[in-house]
Amino acid sequence: MTSTTAAVAPQATARPHDTTTNAVTPRIALPRIVGVELRKSFDTRSGLWLLASIGLAALVTTGAVIAWAPTEEFRYSQFTLAIGMPMSIILAIITVLSVTAEWSQRSGLTTFTLVPHRGRVMVAKAVSACLVAVAATVVAFAVGALGNLAGAAMAGITPVWDQDLADVGYFALGIMSLMLVGFTLGALIRNSAGAVVAYMLYAFVAPGLLAFLAFNQPWFRDLRPWVDLKYNQDALLNGGLSTEQWSQLAVTTALWLVLPLVIAVFTLRRSEVK
Amino acid sequence: MIRVEDVTKRYGAHTAVDHVTFTAEPGRVTGFLGPNGAGKSTTMRVIVGLTPPTTGAAHVLGRRFTDLPNPGLDVGVLLDASAQHGGRTGREILTLAQKTMGLRAGRVEEMIDLVSLTESEAGRRVRDYSLGMRQRLGIAQALLGEPAVLILDEPANGLDPAGIRWMRDLLRSHADRGATVLLSSHLLHEIEVVADDLVVIGNGRIVAQGTKAELLASTGTHVRTRHPERLAVALQGAGVVVHQRDLALRADADPERVGQVAHEAGIPLLELRTADGAGLEELFLELTADTQREGLDHNPIHAHQQGAAA
Repeated sequence: MTSTTAAVAPQATARPHDTTTNAVTPRIALPRIVGVELRKSFDTRSGLWLLASIGLAALVTTGAVIAWAPTEEFRYSQFTLAIGMPMSIILAIITVLSVTAEWSQRSGLTTFTLVPHRGRVMVAKAVSACLVAVAATVVAFAVGALGNLAGAAMAGITPVWDQDLADVGYFALGIMSLMLVGFTLGALIRNSAGAVVAYMLYAFVAPGLLAFLAFNQPWFRDLRPWVDLKYNQDALLNGGLSTEQWSQLAVTTALWLVLPLVIAVFTLRRSEVK
Repeated sequence: MIRVEDVTKRYGAHTAVDHVTFTAEPGRVTGFLGPNGAGKSTTMRVIVGLTPPTTGAAHVLGRRFTDLPNPGLDVGVLLDASAQHGGRTGREILTLAQKTMGLRAGRVEEMIDLVSLTESEAGRRVRDYSLGMRQRLGIAQALLGEPAVLILDEPANGLDPAGIRWMRDLLRSHADRGATVLLSSHLLHEIEVVADDLVVIGNGRIVAQGTKAELLASTGTHVRTRHPERLAVALQGAGVVVHQRDLALRADADPERVGQVAHEAGIPLLELRTADGAGLEELFLELTADTQREGLDHNPIHAHQQGAAA
């Protein structure tokens, strides 16, 4: 090792004598940061497993629908919605980790010195999450179509295609919204385990409690659509929102997504990356 | 060039960095020396824009770090070699930095070669790296953009002796071609061999700075005798300021004068020589005395004295 290390030292770099700053260097463009952040979501072992599990979960849920759903219920939307369920959870975890890893794994020390503007990095992460949501939608509708064909063929019925382009848009928006909840929780908590648990509480525990409350308290039954974001996100995935539902989605999004996100980004920009 | 101007950083009541001002010049290796917790890392974090200073400012190449359009091309930074995602391979970490900076893909392999990571090591996950390998990876990342400025926090940590030698040669050749190199260490001897300029920090304040030649210039005489108290009295009687430790004295006078006084007082000497760097050493020991609970046994002079006394 000594011989190799001693020999290579002189050819270290080509440009250190240039002691003036690269004044003409363009600022790092946002699409480049988005590309890097996209890559970072899937280049770790956990990232790869999460990516693989999206495909796996899509296949398993499709199989489950064919195996257990009543034959007369076979239709396109049933497959896509079934696939969307595990998919949204895995994607939200990927989004959580893309934010929290910078603190939990301390990679932020590099990220925030190569791009010394945390706001830009966070925007890039959010954009990258939205791109992943679009790709995931394509996968969900492709696998769902195959499942619908296979299910109909096995049951000996004509496949029912009850999804149009607008439904694809609703689905993508619903997945995106759920991923951004993960993003917000990650940015607020900045700890991988804590933020994942918080997302699970949001996605599984809270809806059950709120549904129970709505079931027993009539006053809350009417209020719920105006305060429960997850309720509206589920509606979004199903598609066909009415004007009132759009308003409810907007109100709950402002309350539970935009406001916490503003607080998160504000605290995050001042937080120490140790 | 790195210019730190009157930087203060407070965390509540605690002042981590207290009115620190210094300049790291191009073409020179500037050693940033101080015991653990003295404020070296905080100062470096302020320079690279990770920590906003309470007051003051730091400029790299005439700009605030956050105003550099593509910082990786101007400044190579290694603050903590362990601060990487353990699930990524070494090569992947360099690829991410290469893509962020917009460099050609070939740079990654060049850097892997430069820091002597083998093909299989580069493909291994960083979780399984030794500290020395992490340091090499961190150096590779810092050098990726061919920066004119290098900022390295304790880069020799975890390196084997050959690695330390390699690092020293690398930084030297970099500075010789005009780069500004700022590296920190808590070990005087480690930094003494490579630095041109020294900035010594203790408890958040700069306690000494200047060229190595100035700071290590002879600062009196080192003298040992079996009768240190008598010699101290004799020297003080002759108007010489003395600092005593066990059998050794450091006298603020040249060796001839000290020898003369000892001769006149009839005190036999064990050793008499110019105290090269002893002033800096004393200063540094004073700084570290508070934090080093296990005592001063790491100090070679001290160990030597104990050997002589036994």
